[in-house]
Amino acid sequence: MDTHKGVLVCGEIAEGKLAPMTIELLGVGRKLANELGEDLSTLLMGSKTGGLGQEAIAYGADKVYMAEDGLLDNYNSDAYTQVTADLCRKVFPSIMLLGHTDVGCDLAPRLNGRLGGGLAMDCMALSVDPTTKLLVSTRLVFGGNAHATVISKSARPQMATLRPKTVPPAERNDSRQGQVIPVEGKIDPSALKIRVVERIKEEVEGVKLEDAEFVVTGGRGIGSAQNWGMVRELARVLGGAVGATRPACDEGWAAVTLQVGQSGKVVSPKLYIAVALSGAMSHISGCLGSKCIVAINKDKEANIFNVAHFGIVGDYKEVLPALTAKLKELKSA
Amino acid sequence: MNTIVCVKQVLDPEIPPAKFKIDAEAKQVIPPPGVPPVISVYDERAVEAACRLKDKHKGKITVISMGSAKASDVIKHAISMGADDGFVLQDEAFENLDSFGTAYVLGKAIQKIGGYDLVLCGRQAADWGAGQVGSILAEILGIPVVTLAFAIEAVDKKLRVKRVLNDGYEVLEAPMPSLITVSSEIGLPRLPGGMGLMLARKKQIPVWKAKDIGAESSQLDKAKAHTEVTSLSVPTRKTECELITGGTPGEAGVNLALKLIKLI
Repeated sequence: MDTHKGVLVCGEIAEGKLAPMTIELLGVGRKLANELGEDLSTLLMGSKTGGLGQEAIAYGADKVYMAEDGLLDNYNSDAYTQVTADLCRKVFPSIMLLGHTDVGCDLAPRLNGRLGGGLAMDCMALSVDPTTKLLVSTRLVFGGNAHATVISKSARPQMATLRPKTVPPAERNDSRQGQVIPVEGKIDPSALKIRVVERIKEEVEGVKLEDAEFVVTGGRGIGSAQNWGMVRELARVLGGAVGATRPACDEGWAAVTLQVGQSGKVVSPKLYIAVALSGAMSHISGCLGSKCIVAINKDKEANIFNVAHFGIVGDYKEVLPALTAKLKELKSA
Repeated sequence: MNTIVCVKQVLDPEIPPAKFKIDAEAKQVIPPPGVPPVISVYDERAVEAACRLKDKHKGKITVISMGSAKASDVIKHAISMGADDGFVLQDEAFENLDSFGTAYVLGKAIQKIGGYDLVLCGRQAADWGAGQVGSILAEILGIPVVTLAFAIEAVDKKLRVKRVLNDGYEVLEAPMPSLITVSSEIGLPRLPGGMGLMLARKKQIPVWKAKDIGAESSQLDKAKAHTEVTSLSVPTRKTECELITGGTPGEAGVNLALKLIKLI
């Protein structure tokens, strides 16, 4: 076990830049590495990584491993698993952090299966136990009804995927020094069993739900597709995105891609307005990271009021138009 | 086309929070009385994906579930949707296993069943939500894996899979056999028909013990060493909700706008 040292962040590159998730991971990884008195390193994959090594160093990495290969430009599960597992078998990280993203959700459990480590997915907080020096991962379980902390006593690496936007991004310091190390070894194309046929980028109308600073979510209480327009209008006025609970999606008022909650999207906007939804934990677990939650519901006993910062007990059909009109007026003033 | 689907029986995730109780000492949830456990939402979608493939290509769907003897209920649910056969994997030695242990047991059962073109799992369970079993299972079986699928087609002895991405989706081609984990974007699972319900009622669901599938206790013990849950707690919500009022609901809405404008 003592052969395993240091924190390794599995980086992601998006449109030629370090992904925001990676900058968040470098921030939390730096903190963990400092507490352990060990190094923070990161792995970057792709053929267009020029300059990004220095950038990762500015964000806190001591070492940046660069796996430069055209086969790694887009995420390929087989190739990424191979390169990352190979690196782990060379540098023996004690802790490995990934983002809970398209990439991390796929890569982390595969790596874990291959390396035989200990993995906690979709963590809300990561820390090092001061006594045991073990990674302590906190995650939501049972649809957000409970918190669990997970450790890995002996399996290495200790792995975690971190939910996006749960920690602030690392601070950039361009005077930081570090080492950029090329990763040797070619990818064996015969090991690539899955062929990527195409990638389709879906254009969304307005702001994307996961990136939105303001989210307005409607629940079963909205009652009809026609009334759903009020939810949309408020989102439009705020310049935000529309979300929906599972029942609202089941009713067909909103696309299933707009579902917020355990079996849908996880959002952490500045402002989350929950309209006519009771607040089942399976829904709330998808929006708990919001800075401010507002509840509008007829039923004053609804669970959503237990997690809301502001609330109105009343019929949304009367509240929403007035709220929307006033916000519109204030915003244009 | 022969498909094996792994399903899990879980506490109904839609229960009201007031009914949710835990035993913090044992790090377990106390099942609320009178609330029957259900098939995990994603696993139900995996059954749906299997049924859609069977509708098109014929073949056989076998469903396995590791859990208590009562897990036969979720297998019967899958049979009522269109699955053909099922087995419960139940043994004292299977209790409190983490993802590695679960994948090991499922792997042993799948090797015993054999002759599969496709293994399907939900993307994660609706209870502990570890989100790892499918990928570890694929590593154990030595077959390719595609996660987060929302459409699966069989074309020329290959699997064409659409995988959910943050800003769209990707189309992947996987050989047979492969393991695919299914996401909720696949759409609503079908409702069981009268015929399906009747077949399910009559169906005998055999229970396989560790010895039936050749699961070794040394391997199960080893699998337990990967992760350990050190605490389970129900968070106390600190949020103090400030209720905004007004003479009418509309006035309350106006007052809320005045509060919110400071935040945006």
